[in-house]
Amino acid sequence: MNVDEKLAILADAAKYDASCASSGATRRDSRGGRGVGSAGGAGICHSYAPDGRCISLLKILLTNRCLYDCHYCINRRSSNVRRAGFTAEEAIDLTLDFYKRNYIEGLFLSSGIVRSADHTMEQVVRVARTLREEHDFRGYIHLKTIPEASSELIAQAARYADRISINLELPSQRGLDRLAPEKNLNRTQAAMGRIRDRLDEATERRKGGDRKLRHATGQSTQVIVGADASTDADFLGRADELYRGYKLRRVYYSAFSPIPEPSSLLPLAAPPLVREHRLYQADWLLRHYGFRVPEILPPDAPNLDLALDPKLAWALRNRHEFPLNVQTASRGQLLRVPGLGVRNVERLLSIRRQTWVRLEDLARLRVSLPKVRPFLITVDHHPARELLDSDRLRARLVRQPEQLDLF
Amino acid sequence: MRRVDPGDGFESWREAARGLLAEGVPPGEVIWEAGPQTSLFDSPASSPGKPLRGTVPPAFLELARLVACHRDPRRWSILYRLLWRILQPDGRRLLELASDPDLAQARTMEKNVRREIHKMHAFVRFRKTGEDESGRERFVAWFEPEHFIVEAAAPFFRKRFANMDWSIFTPHGCVHWLGGVAKSSPGVESDPCDDRDAMEAVWRTYYRSIFNPARLKLKAMSAEMPKRYWKNLPEAELIEELGRASGSRVDSMLATPGRVPRGLPRNAYLESLHRLADPE
Repeated sequence: MNVDEKLAILADAAKYDASCASSGATRRDSRGGRGVGSAGGAGICHSYAPDGRCISLLKILLTNRCLYDCHYCINRRSSNVRRAGFTAEEAIDLTLDFYKRNYIEGLFLSSGIVRSADHTMEQVVRVARTLREEHDFRGYIHLKTIPEASSELIAQAARYADRISINLELPSQRGLDRLAPEKNLNRTQAAMGRIRDRLDEATERRKGGDRKLRHATGQSTQVIVGADASTDADFLGRADELYRGYKLRRVYYSAFSPIPEPSSLLPLAAPPLVREHRLYQADWLLRHYGFRVPEILPPDAPNLDLALDPKLAWALRNRHEFPLNVQTASRGQLLRVPGLGVRNVERLLSIRRQTWVRLEDLARLRVSLPKVRPFLITVDHHPARELLDSDRLRARLVRQPEQLDLF
Repeated sequence: MRRVDPGDGFESWREAARGLLAEGVPPGEVIWEAGPQTSLFDSPASSPGKPLRGTVPPAFLELARLVACHRDPRRWSILYRLLWRILQPDGRRLLELASDPDLAQARTMEKNVRREIHKMHAFVRFRKTGEDESGRERFVAWFEPEHFIVEAAAPFFRKRFANMDWSIFTPHGCVHWLGGVAKSSPGVESDPCDDRDAMEAVWRTYYRSIFNPARLKLKAMSAEMPKRYWKNLPEAELIEELGRASGSRVDSMLATPGRVPRGLPRNAYLESLHRLADPE
């Protein structure tokens, strides 16, 4: 099999991993070195696939041969998919050839589990080490790690990579037992805890003056949405725990999608993609807008409203908090106004120190007026009380159903 | 009224603007246009006002340098108006008033320029043309930016690809990095090197394989990678075909009978894994 044929199989095998971030690495470039590469700025999306997803990294599996039998995964041992494996040299050459042509920001390397966790991890680490040490590659590297691999191997992975990750896959052990019998939630979280310790250590060393320290700066994970009966509250509750306990940079939500080698244990139909979108919006509210999970998902409604973005849904459940006066409301309150983002809230805070804010000012900040009008008081606008109380408000703010899949 | 030539970039505009400030010429009296400096409408050079002096915040210079790269000819008058207003008593706070119409317009231009610089960093595609005796590789690229951003975008490439030789050709100026030395040259009308690179076919294989047909979202793709870039992206020729075939690919996935799970193979590692005690 030639490299092109292997690439077709091993990129296809890797595409269900949603993570594409290439930002947040330590700042560096190729000057004064022998190779290519720079990192540390905002990530760059070098292309977009027709599925709307950004292509930033060469995302491949080292091999798609796998001992595990995770039913949502095309590479599980029960699947009849064609198998292939790159040699380390092939993966390295592809990375460098693509990078030099400015196709990618770097490498995202994962692998099916062959022989054992340690053996697999060694192969993955070898690619990263050779890229760094022999080729002086200074681009971005994301390595997928295996919770059962030895701490020493995970520590090595963290030294060569900018980001490392372990996929949680499902938010409960019950789900894993049924769909991914080789995976264990507690072992995964224990490994995340050890990674967090390493990352904290590296941060301390950097703060202590070791600016040249080469080490990963963050970890992330992915969960699969719609493959089992987990509710959005299950997903967000788990995500919140991971953000707090393990300082994850990102939790990726990947809507389970049909694969060419379906498992008899999985639903045929995919969940609506909009569910994934709502989970990302809610995740954003947790990380940047000061919301707590029970506010977004009250106990009696454990799933997000697919027709409304979660902030708007919260506002409609909490109409007594509105309308807010744009001139006097606190930063925290303004962040909760549907239609106001973090940057515009900062802008409004500095504008209102100088002048009265009018609706046309909001329009110039590209705020959606139909969205904020019911919730905000400006010097030239006071929303009618009956509008805010009216049942029709929800209907007015819900987007037409046929637009729902176009987000 | 007078006509003032802004020249071809930020520095020449800055020079001209300094002259106008020294004469105290208000923004309403100036038309920024290429050509010899003249008074219009026969009026004698409008009566000199009070010279305007002072310093501007670094944030304004940063904004002005980027706005200067925009292709809209109105950029010079917007910048001069902002400059004039900032130099008025209490004018410095203008930069914090994001809703001000002049500032909002300048910020929009700045955003367009930043985005185009970012897109150039993303969408330039190098093609390898050879290497020298020492093994140093040489690459070329052709790019068609919407604004005058080539110089502003070039440092990124010099840092990332310091140890290769490369040229980026565009209609608005070309930049080169040869033996570690940066050079610029005037724009060219079309791609001067039209030979392809064999890696482009491999890249297309990757693009085809990383696409998930079960999530077709052409609109989301085009929002981030607008059509005008497609002609210089080797992978873009696949978009139509991938989009068209995605429906039947998904249908055939859904029509495939579910594979029945296979039992645990005889494998020492798997057995040890299933025996592993929960750490908690």
